[in-house]
Amino acid sequence: MMNLAWIVPLFPLGSFILLLLFGQRWKQASAYVGIAATLLSLLLAFAVLVDRLGGSTYEANWTWMTLGDVTLTAGISVTALNAWMLVVVALVSWLVHVYSQGYMAGDERFSTFYAYLGLFTFAMLGLVLSPNLLQAYIFWELVGLGSFLLIGFYFYKEEAKAAAKKAFIMTRIGDVGFFIGMMLLFWQTNSFDYDDIFRAVGDGTLSPGMTMLAAILIFIGAIGKSGQFPLHTWLPDAMEGPTPVSALIHAATMVAAGVYLVAALFPLYEASHAAMMTVAAIGGVTAIFAATIGLVQTDIKRVLAYSTISQLGYMMLALGAGSYVAAIFHLTTHAFFKALLFLAAGSVIHAVHTQNIEEMGGLWRRLPWTAPLFLIGALSISGVPLFAGFFSKDEILAAAWTNGPRLLFWLAVAAALLTSFYMFRLFFLVFAGKARRHEDAHEAPASMVAPMLVLGVLSIASGYMQTPWFGSFLGEWLTDGTYHHEAAPGWIAVIATVVSLAGILLAWLMYGAQKMPRDWLSARVPYIDELLRRHYYIDDIYRFTVVALVSFISRLLAYVDRFLVEGLARLAAGIVGAAASAGSRGQNGQVQTYGAVTVSGLAILVVIFALTGGYWL
Amino acid sequence: MTLSAYLALALILFCIGLYGALTKRNTVIVLICIELMLNAVNINFVAFAKYGAHPGVRGHVFALFAIAVAAAEAAVGLAALIAFYRSRKTVQVDEANSLKH
Repeated sequence: MMNLAWIVPLFPLGSFILLLLFGQRWKQASAYVGIAATLLSLLLAFAVLVDRLGGSTYEANWTWMTLGDVTLTAGISVTALNAWMLVVVALVSWLVHVYSQGYMAGDERFSTFYAYLGLFTFAMLGLVLSPNLLQAYIFWELVGLGSFLLIGFYFYKEEAKAAAKKAFIMTRIGDVGFFIGMMLLFWQTNSFDYDDIFRAVGDGTLSPGMTMLAAILIFIGAIGKSGQFPLHTWLPDAMEGPTPVSALIHAATMVAAGVYLVAALFPLYEASHAAMMTVAAIGGVTAIFAATIGLVQTDIKRVLAYSTISQLGYMMLALGAGSYVAAIFHLTTHAFFKALLFLAAGSVIHAVHTQNIEEMGGLWRRLPWTAPLFLIGALSISGVPLFAGFFSKDEILAAAWTNGPRLLFWLAVAAALLTSFYMFRLFFLVFAGKARRHEDAHEAPASMVAPMLVLGVLSIASGYMQTPWFGSFLGEWLTDGTYHHEAAPGWIAVIATVVSLAGILLAWLMYGAQKMPRDWLSARVPYIDELLRRHYYIDDIYRFTVVALVSFISRLLAYVDRFLVEGLARLAAGIVGAAASAGSRGQNGQVQTYGAVTVSGLAILVVIFALTGGYWL
Repeated sequence: MTLSAYLALALILFCIGLYGALTKRNTVIVLICIELMLNAVNINFVAFAKYGAHPGVRGHVFALFAIAVAAAEAAVGLAALIAFYRSRKTVQVDEANSLKH
């Protein structure tokens, strides 16, 4: 089956093309095309995974073009990592497709939505299958395009339009880094293939300095795509898109692409200590940084967005600490519980038609399916024992303790505390207490609940692939059996449990039982509260520095264009026009004038003839 | 009589004709002046045929042709002039100026 892996991305692509052509006619039936296409992808991806379980890595390349003595190839490769990613991406994408049928029902551009979802899924699956950097880069950009289209799906809203542009431009900034890094590697190794690059790293063809430089440049691309500090500001704004899209972006596609890229190039990073430290530091800082902002958000989707940034920081921290397995493990569990949380949030929004958590409350009884499922997601992301998030977060903490700097370990622990606090703040504000408004809130249709149920089961079950108790299947599989579990001290799991429960307790005291005043912190240190509410002023800093500078330069250039370039063009056109109008004035309709001109012309010719004897010059 | 006397006569006639054709405002006068110019040319033909380097009959034939064609031209010109007069109620040449930029 592995040799058929290249077909996996083609199903969503087919759905995209079909819906572009016939979507207007099929209307609501478009959903079935999208769902069927991704289901086929999912089944095939499963088959590939099963096949890979027993076999070895499959790789197929064919020549794309030959330029001089360089041959560019295109192809697919099925390694342990990307067979795994194929399933995760296809599964989450399929569930989102199913869910959207209920959530987007009645939308005017329903079929367009499904077409874009198909494109987005295609791009991500293609990225995952790429065996070389160039191909990965193409799909990487396609992922960016898909997210742009979907974030800006409600393009008639100014915010959505701005958010789509912001997402596209900010990730492009990262992509420039990726591109330069890729070109550096190509320049040094004469190949885009992952395998060739790793070989060059191994035998020393690639100097340590160059390795570090290329690794960090490519990491900049991952920073942009995965919403790491300081290029994270597009991710919360991307919440302007429809909620299923947020689920897709945050769980399986877009942001996972950055983590996947670093994971796919892991041998390159391993070769450079400085690059690893950069990845770990950015990840650790992002984890705590985004978690603090998440504390004060009042928009249900924005809280989740900041939690995504924070969790992606964890994954980067794990990669930087050298635990490739922990990062992929967390990527997987996060894909499930974050998709669950977003879909549940979508269901809440569907029920109450607002995103402001201050206006919600008491929805536990009204949403008998959504509420417990949201609780499962929240418990999982908070790292409560026996839920998936606990195991993956524990792996990351263990890796950070054994390999990373101590500071980053403690940052990660603090971020875990904050995570469970803001998740349960969200939970208590939305579901507990008494209903503040929206007496008529009702549960979502089955097509929305069913995907959430699947994800709810996965949010618990996916943790048991890799536990300290039952063995580490995922780790052994991803590393082809050479995996050995880091002997992390047992107290790390205890600490992780304690902080997550402490966070929940604190949230319960403040928002559930209301035994503590809610403004306990903001009343004491209002400036910190303000700082968090304004997202550390990052957007404002960008507005006053980068944006101001760029718009100043572009305004300058606009003036050059308007007055200098356009002036020259007008001058040329003006001269020709003036000559023409002067010439046409001579044609005045007076035959005698023409005659006089002719005669004088003849006279001049005769004079010239007489003077020169018939030879001009 | 020498050749140059005929040529001088032709030159004078031609210049009078040219002057009239370019300056007179009445179209009939302009047409008459054009006849003068044609006849100046005819004089040249005949003079060269008689006193030129190769005397012969060709110059006479040419002159006869020119007279015939000039007669036809005068007829067409006058017809056009009458048509113009009917539409514009004038024979002033400077008022025949519709063909301009």
